[in-house]
Amino acid sequence: MLENLDLTPFILSFKLAGLTTIILFIISLPLAWYLSQTSSKAKPFIEAITALPIVLPPSVLGFYILIIFTNTNLNFTFTGLVIASCFYSLPFMVQPLQGGFETLNKNMLEASYIAGKSKITTLLKVALPNIKPALLTALIITFAHTVGEFGVVLMIGGSIPNETKVASIAIYEMVEIMDYTSAHIYAGIMVFISFVVLLSVYIFNHTQKKIGGFH
Amino acid sequence: MINIDIHKRLYGSNGEMNLDVNLTVKKGDFVALSGQSGSGKTTLLRILAGLESAEGTISVFNKTWQDKKLFLPIQQRKIGFVFQDYALFPNMTVEQNLLFVEKDRDLANYLLETTELLSLKNRVPTSLSGGQKQRVSLCRAFMKKPKLLLMDEPLSALDPAMRNKLQNEILTLHKEFGTTSIMVSHDPAEIYRLASRVLVLEQGEIINDGTPKEVLLKTSGSQKFSFEGELLDIVKVDVIYIAIVAIGQQLVEVVISKYEAKNLSIGSIVRLSTKAFSPMIK
Repeated sequence: MLENLDLTPFILSFKLAGLTTIILFIISLPLAWYLSQTSSKAKPFIEAITALPIVLPPSVLGFYILIIFTNTNLNFTFTGLVIASCFYSLPFMVQPLQGGFETLNKNMLEASYIAGKSKITTLLKVALPNIKPALLTALIITFAHTVGEFGVVLMIGGSIPNETKVASIAIYEMVEIMDYTSAHIYAGIMVFISFVVLLSVYIFNHTQKKIGGFH
Repeated sequence: MINIDIHKRLYGSNGEMNLDVNLTVKKGDFVALSGQSGSGKTTLLRILAGLESAEGTISVFNKTWQDKKLFLPIQQRKIGFVFQDYALFPNMTVEQNLLFVEKDRDLANYLLETTELLSLKNRVPTSLSGGQKQRVSLCRAFMKKPKLLLMDEPLSALDPAMRNKLQNEILTLHKEFGTTSIMVSHDPAEIYRLASRVLVLEQGEIINDGTPKEVLLKTSGSQKFSFEGELLDIVKVDVIYIAIVAIGQQLVEVVISKYEAKNLSIGSIVRLSTKAFSPMIK
């Protein structure tokens, strides 16, 4: 039975989550930094827009992305899935990073400017290394959230084997055809991986607080 | 010469006020900036550093830092700044904190040796005491060999012994590097030891400017000791009157005449003083 187990959906899920996390990190780093430092009137608008995917039903997000993708050949492809995931998981990367940056001692950042360092150097050499727990939370939660997504994936990706059929979709289909054995195995693997990931985040953050490496 | 002529509207804890400072500081001076909290001392320092904006002009040793058209970015002002809360980089060791400013290992070693920190150079800031952290912060400020050193109450969080030690180190480095220094301080002893000039700020304006001797020593009258205290009570004992005055943490009794007793009101702030020849020292 186990030798018949097709692991491709898991590999697809992790590939999708990994790519999404990397792309979102690159996009969100300057955005979160800007939001944490600015006192511009545009700030609440940008914050509200980036938080939208948290409250919107995935079907709404999926619907709009489908519309945007019309006349492109992105619908029902892996690339399209990555782009859709980036929209869907954006707040899970931006918010922890922004929160981390906001807790930093302002004088410390100013000390870096006084030392003659640019904003980019200050971000990379001073700010980022001092928000390690927030950074880890952002990366892991984004990754885990992308692995766990279902609605958007279903609408944008459909369920094309080896292309867009990720683990969550595969489980849905197994239940649909009443293949409960496979569904159990897949679901069990998902629960186990998710738990281990979250546990390691919490253990890391706990020890960071204990040694006082983070204020 | 440093010429400062700036004004800024402030919305502070004491309501609105105008910070209005017109000031010339000579090269090599050590200026102490004193005054009640909320009088604009820190803001003035931050404006000089370029951390806050203000209207007006600032020129430092013939270089314009700020005027109507120009605002020299913080990064190009080449100042040293010592914060009250140290503001060290927790992700770097003591030595890395210094080298981050300028990759000058010799200078870093020299500064760490002067402040007796050389043996701690591989430690991270979180493992240091307050006094050690502030010394690292002081060393870091000198890594740029700053022409202007700004210090915002650098020693107020430290105990008296540590303060003394750091005052000496600040003075040594100030002289050695030929820096012009401006320091916010509330401690008269500290100001007297370090500063060549004192400015007292009130409600955003300079109300007193002179040497520490002129500003700090109460030279009105000829008294040698003078304390301010609160008059708590006046008690009549037989034919004399005794005033009970709270000075700092101590209560004292003073014999006063009937006439004095009449003119003093309980609860008011009074000044107790004595001349050179009358006090007893035990």
